[in-house]
Amino acid sequence: MQLTLWTYEGPPHVGAMRVATAMKGVHFVIHAPQGDTYADLLFTMIERNSARPPVTYTTFQARDLGGDTANLFKTAARDAYERFKPDILLVGASCTAELLQDDPGGLASALDLPVLVVPLELPAYQKKENWGAAETFYRLVRACARPKATPTDKHPDEAKRSSSCNILGPTALGFRHRDDVTEIRKLIESLGVKVNCVAPLGATRDDLARLSEADFNVVLYPEVAETAARWLQRTFGQPMLRMPPIGVGATRQFIEELARLANITPNAIRAAENCRLPWYSQSVDSNYLTGKRVFVFGDATHAIAAARICHRELGFSVVGLGTYSREFAREVRDVAAEFGLEALITDDYLEVETAIQELHPELVLGSQMERHIAKRFGIASAVISAPMHVQDFPARYSPQMGFEGANVLFDSWVHPLMMGLEEHLLTMFRDDFEFNDASTPSHLGHASPTSKPAPRKNEESHAGTQSPLAWEADAENELKKIPFFVRGKARRNTERYAAERGVATVTRETLYDAKAYYAR
Amino acid sequence: MIFAEPRFATAILDERDLAGLADANDELDRIVARLLSRRPDIKLLFLVGSCPSEVIKLDLARAASRLSKIHAPSTRVLNYSGSGIETTFTQGEDACLASLVPELPAQHLSSAKSLLVVGSLADVVEDQFRRIFDQLGIPVHFLPPRRAEDLPPIGQNTYFLLAQPFLGETAKALEERGAKLLPSMMPLGAEGTTEWLRAAAIAWKIPDDRFYGVVAPLEERARAAVKRREPTVSRKSIFFFPDSQLEPALARFVSRELSMRPIEVGSPYLHRQHTAIDIGRLPQDVVLSEGQDVERQIDRCRKADPDIVVCGLGLANPFEAEGLTTKWSIEFLFTPIQGYEQAGDLAELFARPLVRRARLEV
Repeated sequence: MQLTLWTYEGPPHVGAMRVATAMKGVHFVIHAPQGDTYADLLFTMIERNSARPPVTYTTFQARDLGGDTANLFKTAARDAYERFKPDILLVGASCTAELLQDDPGGLASALDLPVLVVPLELPAYQKKENWGAAETFYRLVRACARPKATPTDKHPDEAKRSSSCNILGPTALGFRHRDDVTEIRKLIESLGVKVNCVAPLGATRDDLARLSEADFNVVLYPEVAETAARWLQRTFGQPMLRMPPIGVGATRQFIEELARLANITPNAIRAAENCRLPWYSQSVDSNYLTGKRVFVFGDATHAIAAARICHRELGFSVVGLGTYSREFAREVRDVAAEFGLEALITDDYLEVETAIQELHPELVLGSQMERHIAKRFGIASAVISAPMHVQDFPARYSPQMGFEGANVLFDSWVHPLMMGLEEHLLTMFRDDFEFNDASTPSHLGHASPTSKPAPRKNEESHAGTQSPLAWEADAENELKKIPFFVRGKARRNTERYAAERGVATVTRETLYDAKAYYAR
Repeated sequence: MIFAEPRFATAILDERDLAGLADANDELDRIVARLLSRRPDIKLLFLVGSCPSEVIKLDLARAASRLSKIHAPSTRVLNYSGSGIETTFTQGEDACLASLVPELPAQHLSSAKSLLVVGSLADVVEDQFRRIFDQLGIPVHFLPPRRAEDLPPIGQNTYFLLAQPFLGETAKALEERGAKLLPSMMPLGAEGTTEWLRAAAIAWKIPDDRFYGVVAPLEERARAAVKRREPTVSRKSIFFFPDSQLEPALARFVSRELSMRPIEVGSPYLHRQHTAIDIGRLPQDVVLSEGQDVERQIDRCRKADPDIVVCGLGLANPFEAEGLTTKWSIEFLFTPIQGYEQAGDLAELFARPLVRRARLEV
């Protein structure tokens, strides 16, 4: 058992729902009790989908448990086929129904429905949502993809034929998938490469059938598409472009790799690279971004990308990196090692909270859960990954990928921070009524001035083991002259410095000794 | 955006638990200890069974009594089933309150008659009711109480009013301890609130002139507040999908106080006895439906083409996209709607979606 206040990922059948909902002509019959039908509202409320997810629940009840739940499943599957007439019928079980061992796949095939039935095995007690999405997509691709029709005679201009690719991975309820697909499709097409299919988002059974017609596959979100892309590589020899283009550097690498696979020269696009992030980051105001301590946590794809962008493109210091995507733990560990860090691999929200508390970052990039942690500790934050909130489906165009995505990232990660000149103004005018200690960044006027980090008593245990340090009045007064937004860090550093040296009373000198010691 | 740590945590079952590699009770003890050390402010902890724990028959009753002993006296541990196998979410409140009933202290046999109002109410509503009962001279307690340590006493001289229609198990448990149910309309709208209060007034043999002397001005104010919304909603047809179990009482309110026309009133489960008075006041031609056959109900709803649909969050946006006007049923549980002073707010909940649709020009 694992204690959690929130979960990063749902059970695997929710991943299957994300794939079914993304596609056209797919219906998912899920053996599940009434209580599981709540999952519909993830799609209709959080993503504001205007249609119900294409899902039928068997809604068995306690009184059915001793009896014939299998028959309930058969009736539900038959009715769903009659009502929705899908091109593909996905069948599977939720966590509770898995315990009944009714074998939805076998039951559905016994019905002999005139439709392609794709059974799913979704081990809810071992695997989670992203795995469920990847498995479902893989099963669908396997069931539908056909070998490329053998060309009868080669086109005389075969050499000139533009190459084509599939874009794999975007689903319903994905973090900015909608806009990423638009951005990356535009990028790929501007390079003269055709997009053969996008899947699962918007794909039909026929689209999956002709996946093999593309020259290679772009794996936009490895969490969802890697399993299927590997199978396509093995089966049809399609190479895989597995370089999520998040950030300027990653987008440039993506273009180079794409150009290599498509056998074209990428110079044109490099010349026309229309991205403001590099200049904004070089401009003088961004000096204040240098060395800002950042904690990064999310799914593997977004966490890795965010850490690299922070370090290379914004000049932050990455002080923590982690993921809840256990399937991609090794990759995240390798990237963390680049920064001299040990990756935090966990799906326990409380562990992440502890890590953030201990690392004292100035910015937290994470999911909604990390946004909550950051809010509690009074740290600036931005959301970079699922799980998310209705606000993370913005009305405006807001990709994370490609050059426009990089612009979006600059804005959304930098804006929560205090701006460079603003820091000086606060120091100069700190006795002014407008610039008092409780001021929040001027552009975040709605933030409550009372929302100071207020760690609970039992969470200060590591500090509480030592006797509380006394501060001389002079030292306290000196501390007050330090801008409030770094005062907490100054206090902690001074106390740590004093404790390590057995100093019982902090004087003004201790404060400056510690300042010199920790100067970066 | 408000963001607060939820008042619940989840103990997630994994493969080790199912394979019997981990002792479920040891695991539960460990998790509860961790939670309580993190949140020492917790005085009352409920162990809530979910669908899988019900299927594998985890004995949470025994676990709760063991954990109560371990964490006494700072924290009491109770249990109930919140599984979605049998129940809809409002039945979770019923199961939770029912689990509190055995904990209630016994009333002295000699103690005077007292009233218990059962069902969670917003503090502001509870205060209003308390003032009215004080004026009527009826001693009153509330279940659940505001603080876990203030459990109301119960016994042969307890009479109880249900403030929510979905408290069948709780009512049964209270009756088993000798308390007597005062059947009534639900306290929704001006009429409902007066009828609800009157059930208690009759049990306390309060003369009509004294009763109406107290409530008539309040009822009048409530009727005036409701009346202001009537022009927007009057004669509009309304279709209820089963969600909160409040549907019969809401339908009674909109038909009798707002002149709306309920077409179908669906409820996940109808407690015939507790909803009888509300149902009795519905127009004759209303279709009552119980349980969930959502696809067929959607067909009926589309065919009826109502002016407003009351439904759950999973259906609301898809209906809006089809051009139907909807009201989320969950809001009837999150918003204070009971009592005189909230009757106008309740009416407004039905009017707002219609006003909004009329106002938007995009």
